Order: sequence, then C-alpha cells, then structure tokens
Amino acid sequence: MSKYTEDDLKKELETKEYEYGFYTDIESDTLPVGLNEDIIVAISKKKEEPEWMTEWRLDAFKKWKEMEEPEWANVEYEKPDLQKISYYSAPSNKPKYNSLDEVDPELLETFKKLGISVDEQKKLAGVAVDVVIDSVSVATSFKDTLSEKGIIFCSMNEAIKKHPELVKKYLGTVIPKTDNYYAALNSAVFSDGSFCYIPKGVKCPMELSTYFRINEAGTGQFERTLVVADKGSYVSYLEGCSAPSRDENQLHAAVVELIALDDAEIKYSTVQNWYPGDNEGKGGVFNFVTKRGICENNAKISWTQVETGSAVTWKYPSCVLKGKNSVGEFYSIAVTNNFQQADTGTKMIHIGENTKSTIISKGISAGKSQNSYRGLVRVGPRAKNSRNFSQCDSLLIGNECGAHTFPYIETKNKSAKIEHEATTSKIGEDQIFYCNQRGIDTEKAIALIVNGFSKEVLNKLPMEFAVEAQKLLEISLEGSVG
Amino acid sequence: MLEIKNIHAKIEDKGILKGINLEIKAGEIHAIMGPNGSGKSTLASVITGKEEYEVTDGKILFENEDLEEVSPEERAHKGIFMSFQYPIEIPGITTTNFIKTAINETRKARGENDMPAKDMLKMLREKCDLLDIDQKFLSRSINDGFSGGEKKRNEIFQMAMLEPKLAILDETDSGLDIDALKIVANGVNKLKSQDNAVLVITHYQRLLDYIVPDYVHVLFDGKIVKSGTKDLAHELEKKGYDWIKEEVNK
Repeated sequence: MSKYTEDDLKKELETKEYEYGFYTDIESDTLPVGLNEDIIVAISKKKEEPEWMTEWRLDAFKKWKEMEEPEWANVEYEKPDLQKISYYSAPSNKPKYNSLDEVDPELLETFKKLGISVDEQKKLAGVAVDVVIDSVSVATSFKDTLSEKGIIFCSMNEAIKKHPELVKKYLGTVIPKTDNYYAALNSAVFSDGSFCYIPKGVKCPMELSTYFRINEAGTGQFERTLVVADKGSYVSYLEGCSAPSRDENQLHAAVVELIALDDAEIKYSTVQNWYPGDNEGKGGVFNFVTKRGICENNAKISWTQVETGSAVTWKYPSCVLKGKNSVGEFYSIAVTNNFQQADTGTKMIHIGENTKSTIISKGISAGKSQNSYRGLVRVGPRAKNSRNFSQCDSLLIGNECGAHTFPYIETKNKSAKIEHEATTSKIGEDQIFYCNQRGIDTEKAIALIVNGFSKEVLNKLPMEFAVEAQKLLEISLEGSVG
Repeated sequence: MLEIKNIHAKIEDKGILKGINLEIKAGEIHAIMGPNGSGKSTLASVITGKEEYEVTDGKILFENEDLEEVSPEERAHKGIFMSFQYPIEIPGITTTNFIKTAINETRKARGENDMPAKDMLKMLREKCDLLDIDQKFLSRSINDGFSGGEKKRNEIFQMAMLEPKLAILDETDSGLDIDALKIVANGVNKLKSQDNAVLVITHYQRLLDYIVPDYVHVLFDGKIVKSGTKDLAHELEKKGYDWIKEEVNK
C-alpha cells in the first residue's frame, strides 16, 4: 500500500463533503455550466440515484480526466469546450403520462414539424414510444402490454432505482468506462436514456422506440441506453433522433450497449437527424457516439442506421461476436451535405467459432461535405471458420465533396474468410437529364437515384421507419445540385 | 405542333445549329438525316431543353408556346419525349419504378392524381406485349447491364407508357438487329395516331423502310439543306451524302 499523502487526505475530505449535500444550486432545473466532481454528484443527486451509481460516475470521471480527445478520425472541427456545457437540464415540470394524449401540445407540434407526428405514432399499432426530452422521460406508453410479458422498458433513471441488480450486472460491460474519451465522459455525466430487458424466451411483441431531441440551448445530451436480451429472446429497437435548428454547436455523446445472451436476437435501428448546421457550415450537432453489442452463443445483433444529420459524426456501432455461431450485421446509410463531416462505420470482432458478420455501408456525399467509412474486421485466434462480407459503396453528388474508405482487416486465424467490396460512383448530369426528359425534376431524380443506391439498407429497416428514412434522405439532399 | 424558327445553337462557343426551320404538324412523321457531325443530335437536345446547349437565336414553339423558359421536365410534361441515342443506366431503380415515377410526375404537373396501381399494371402488361418484352425485364434496374438492343426497346417501351404528343427517336435503329428493328418500328407505328407526331433522326434509311416518313430533311453543317419525301431517303442511301455536300458547296 502506498503512502497516505496530504493529497489523499484532502481528497477524502472532499469526498466527505459530498455526503453532506454541501453543493448548492441543485434546486435549479439546469445545472451551472462546467464539469467537475461537484457537478457529477449533483447530477446523481438530482436523479436520486443510489450511492453505487454516484461512485460509478465519479470513477468514470476520474478516468476521463486522464484521457485525451481522439484525433484520428477524418474530421476537422473546433473541439467543444466541455467546461461551457451544462450537464443537466430538465423540463420545468415533469409529470409522467399514461397516454400520449396528455403530452404538452407544444411538444406535439414540434414533433409534427420534425415530420414525426405522435398521432401517427399512435396509429402505428404496436409501437411503444418512450420520449426523452432534454434528458427526462416525459411519456411512456404501451407499458402494460410489455409488463405482461415481463419486459422492462423504462428510463435508465428508473431502471437504476427499480432494477439495480440488472443495471449493476450489465452497465459498462460492453463499453467499459475507459473505452474512449466520450464514452468515459458519458459514463460520468449521462443524464438519462432507455433501459430494456427482455426475459428468457420472450419475443417482444412490438417495436420499441425512443425519440430523442435536443431542446435547450447549450445543453449537452448524454444519453445512455442499455438493452439486454436474455436467452432465446428477441427485440427490435428503434431510435430516431431529430433536433430543431439552432446556431450553437451542441455536443451529443451517447452510449448504447446491447447484450444478446445465448440464442437471443437484437435488431437496433437508428434514424439520426440532428441539426447539421446551416449551408455555410455554421452550427450543428457534434455527434460522438459509442455503440456496441456483445453476442453470446448463437446470438445475433443487427445494427441498421440512417445518418443524415449532425455537423460532425463519429460513430461505429460494433459487434463483439464472443459466442460461437453468433452473427453481427451492420447496415448503414450515411448522408452528408453542405459542410457536414461523417466518419462512421463499424467494428466486427470475431472471437467465437463459426461467427459471421455482414457489413453493408452506403455513403452519400453532396455539397462540400466529407464522408468516411471506417471499419474494422478482426478475427481472433479462436474464431475458427469465421466469415465476413463487407461492401462499401460511395455515391458522390457534385464536384466538391469527398468520399473516403478506411477498411481495417486483422486476422489471426487461417480458416477465416473475409471479403471486401467497394464501389464509388457519381450522379452524372446525363442521369439527371435522362430523368428530366421523362418528366422527373432534378430533386426528385436525385431522390430516386439515392433511394436506389440505398435500397439494400432501407429494406432492412422496419416498415414505418423505412418510409420516414426515405423522406429524410430527400430532405437532406435538397438543393444539393445547383 | 412543333415550329422551329431560325434556331441557332452552340455548345462551348462552338456553333452547331446555324438557322434551322422546321414545322411538324400533328399526325406527321418527319425524318432528319445527315452525316455525322451535322447537328442531328444537337437538334434533339435543343428541342428537349438540354442545358449544355445555348440557343443564341431563333425560337421553338410547341403547341404555340415558346419553349425558351421551359425546363426539360416541363417540356416532358407537355408531351415531348426523346428516345435517347445512348440510353443512360441508373443502377438501383427498377424500370417499373422509373416509369411509375415518370408517369405520376407528369400527371401531377397536369393536376391529376397518381395513376391507380391497377391501371398501371394493366398498361404495363399491354405495352410489354406490344413490344414483345418479357415482363421480367421490368424488375431490372433501368438500362443497367442491358444489351444495346434491350436499351433501345426500353426507350420505345417508355414512349408507349408515357404516350407523348411528339416523340423524337434519336438514332433508335443503331445497335438493333433486323428483328428488333421490326419490333420497335411496329411498336412506333401502332402508337402513331392523328394526334401525335414523330421525328426520326437517323443516319441510315433502313429504319425508314419500317417507319415511313411523310417528310425527309437533310441536315448538313447545322442547316436543313434539302427537304423532300421518302424518296429523298432512298436517293441518299444510293448516292451517300457527298452529292449533298457538293450541292451545298456549289
């Protein structure tokens, strides 16, 4: 044991002070800007978390302080000043609704503007919506149906209190606190998020979905999602994000962990439409997200994403194929326009025997944007007969954008089969004119061509999401050809 | 229906059309012939409104409306169709979806509702039969991996579906074997009525044996230097284009 120094004593004293609730300001609904241990304790307090959770956060914070912001991604941006962000904000009153009808009409209006009307959602029978507004859940529906099957679908905050044994057992097991700079930050300050547990052998009867948005200026969003599919269970989870326009850069550093136990299957679909900044490259969300799932024996995890928003995206939904015969899939459409930058892809880590992974990535760049695919396929020494197929296609619109592909392949087992295919194409003026001559205007022509290009991935989305995603693609590329 | 008045056009400062006059009435078939580089395809591009070509003088009227400010898609909505010399491949879009979009965009522009799926299906079947097209081909990406003949047949198939008032066939015969040529020509003839018109652009008179024109025009160095009946086409076939050149240079 090392020497007990004066510093240690000081630290201990500081820690003691927390216990007495020495820290003021926790009455206010938005915490002061800045990041330090006090703030973290205050977040934890506000959420009425048990002590183990507070400790967990503080531990993450300690580790984060020693980490550095990564710079290897193919993106350029001014690093956000993390001391200028408020790490917690809640709507002024936060009642829980049993039905979506009770939700604030203004909020419903916002959803309508975003093209995601809640009315429509309700009609789409079988979709339970858990709305996370600025970090606090304000609406949950279909809860009863789910609970009959023993399915837990609630906010992370609620799960920490009501299902501490599950949260303790799984939180941070796929993405450790020290995994990367932003995951560590998220672990320390995560505000809320969703928790989902599907019991053994249960097939979740509906698509579970969560809509996020950033509401208050200057508020970082640090969502934390944990999905646990117990043995032989199945769940399809939809995550849709969209943020209203604003000038200020906003940081979004979410963490999503998926756990598929033996014979379980998780489908995780995302439509991401955070504010991309204006057409001069001003403003927009920084989307630095860590998403990873682990598959036990015969389990399957499938990530499908449609990324159209954010000024800067840094995101690699990955699969750790630990169990034998497990399957990982990644289907992605990433669209960048104007000055957007995206560095996105996946990691498929083959550990178990006979593991299989598929990667289909479609990058679409327009305007002056830069779009990079970055993917790792790693086959470990024990992963006998594992297989991977990767396909990366890039579509360019105009002459000023860029498409890049960074595939990494590492294999330590000779029986592995890895295939990688890549194509780059450009929407040509001749194609546009051909469409024009048939009565199809340029915007529609681009939408048609882009949809054709993205079809393989769009087809992987649940029906109602696919329609929305298609619309989103059209909107995102509006005005991309002069 | 179509009146071309003293049209001059250039591409990148190179004058290609140097004063063309042409009038096409409903119910007529016109053929434009001429050697390579005489401006035949440019004329088609100018009528359909391709942007690279700048019209420097003259005007084009379609059903008495000046087309100068009319975009290519609006010209299509008004009923101008072109069968491309080199049909463009668009991967990922099925022929059915492409035609459906084209038809419904045109209907939308005319203030009509989308064509009901049932009617569309019926029409697709009919036109497939008309042009001896296997329906399987409808589910293939448009022109993607098609043979030259298939592409041309697909163009005429689209024409059959879109039912234009004026159809411009730009070198439709190139790349077609004699059997395919007959099928395509037969299709065009069946679609022909007193209310529509066809402008056939061709290098050889072969196609004109099957699609018989009312008028034949010879294009040379950006001008129509000779007009006549289908006999003119035969004469050209026999003598080649040189005598025209000589006549012009006299």
